[in-house]
Amino acid sequence: MPEPREMPMLEIADLHAEIDGKPILDGLSLTVNAGEIHAIMGPNGAGKSTLAYVLGGRPGYEITRGSVTFNGQDLLDLEPHERAAAGVFLGFQYPVEIPGVSNVQFLREALNAQRKAKGEDPLSGGDFLKLAREKAGLLKLDMDMLKRAVNVGFSGGEKKRAEMVHMGILDPAFAVLDETDSGLDIDALRVVGEGINAIMRAPDKAVLLITHYQRLLDYVKPDKVHVLAKGRIVTSGGPELALQLESEGYETVLA
Amino acid sequence: MSDLALPTKRDEDWRYADFEALERLAPDDFGQWRDIAVPAGETCRECFVLDGSDADLRRVRVTVGEGGRCELFAVNAGGDYSRFEADVTLARGAHFEFGGVTIGGGETTREFVTRLNHAEPDATSAQVIRAVHWDRATGNFLGRIEVARDAQKTDAAQDFKALLLNKGAAANAKPELEIFADDVKCAHGAAIGQMDEAARFYMAARGLPPEVARKLLVRAFLADAFVALEDEAEQERMLETALSVLGEAV
Repeated sequence: MPEPREMPMLEIADLHAEIDGKPILDGLSLTVNAGEIHAIMGPNGAGKSTLAYVLGGRPGYEITRGSVTFNGQDLLDLEPHERAAAGVFLGFQYPVEIPGVSNVQFLREALNAQRKAKGEDPLSGGDFLKLAREKAGLLKLDMDMLKRAVNVGFSGGEKKRAEMVHMGILDPAFAVLDETDSGLDIDALRVVGEGINAIMRAPDKAVLLITHYQRLLDYVKPDKVHVLAKGRIVTSGGPELALQLESEGYETVLA
Repeated sequence: MSDLALPTKRDEDWRYADFEALERLAPDDFGQWRDIAVPAGETCRECFVLDGSDADLRRVRVTVGEGGRCELFAVNAGGDYSRFEADVTLARGAHFEFGGVTIGGGETTREFVTRLNHAEPDATSAQVIRAVHWDRATGNFLGRIEVARDAQKTDAAQDFKALLLNKGAAANAKPELEIFADDVKCAHGAAIGQMDEAARFYMAARGLPPEVARKLLVRAFLADAFVALEDEAEQERMLETALSVLGEAV
């Protein structure tokens, strides 16, 4: 048994996943240590979103080979809500609208469900609102938005900022952010980038940032950058790799 | 007034009824109509809960006088078979509001049958019915709206939505409009669907166990039926009464 400090936070080994019999992930391996931010870039159809969904446990994906270990635990063995309680947060590329359920109600139930799973007492309504107000402020999202139904009538940018407010409130150990930067204007991109740093930049936390563009990485400095193509990591490097991809494109880098 | 003969399946208003259960209920509970008369200009509001503790067959006959208003709300979650019927006659400028929920699993059948008679001009009505069923249960809404020849400017709306939690559950919607006036608005809608899987996964990804997520979604779905109920505490009580049945769903 290795010392806890030496254990990677997330270890993906030889992961194969398919949907409707169509292979998407084809031997993906990746190790993320606590305190690190990793960026995953790659052309359309490379399997980036599939990786995010597989880590979150979305139904419909079949794991045919490989393993995912999170803090020593078999992540694939957990139900989606158990993964959340274990500390995994999935930021959606397309956040889902839930008419009739307010953000406040939803997030309080979610937070208290996570606390319950960890054997902690539920947060009172007052304490929860205080926390929600603080995180909304961090993301410059009007508190009134949180009183409205989840993502209903939100613009693309508001949805992504709301995702980060969710993350701030739930305070996960590990976040998989699937194209959180898409749909954001330049100011919102900075706010979201700073939000990610404020919430997730910590020695005991880690982030997997899935993105198409270098620009988010100007705000959230990755420790490592990986290129995902055809269902596996084909090359890895430091932040300079993202810059090279931006200027030369995937075709040159992958050639 | 009472109707003593039991109906048959050929009777349009009873076509989806559970006759076995009906015979068990009859004749004691059958054929008893309760009259509600709302005088001109006055408002009457009443909430009904069919939870199996009392007669599961409720029949009300409502007349609303000129400019009067009648608001009925019902949670239909009774025994094997439960049915709420309302016969409503509206005078000039009167309003009828109805919010109803059928909810249940097992082999239960729950139904709302409303017959609205817009007898005079300028009357309005709004009906919102939500049905949530699972196992092999059935939820029905039979809504007839009659608009008399001179009942111009009638504005009637009926909205039915059903959420079926699994294969095998069923819902029947039967809007029936008989309109003899030419300057009227009559809107009706019916939709039957299942749980939004994307929403369920999204909620799970935030840490909500499936049963908590389902309860939140069902609550949001049912809430429409009681939006018009002004008293928030009463609204809450009706919703909670309906949701308490959901615990039985697997």
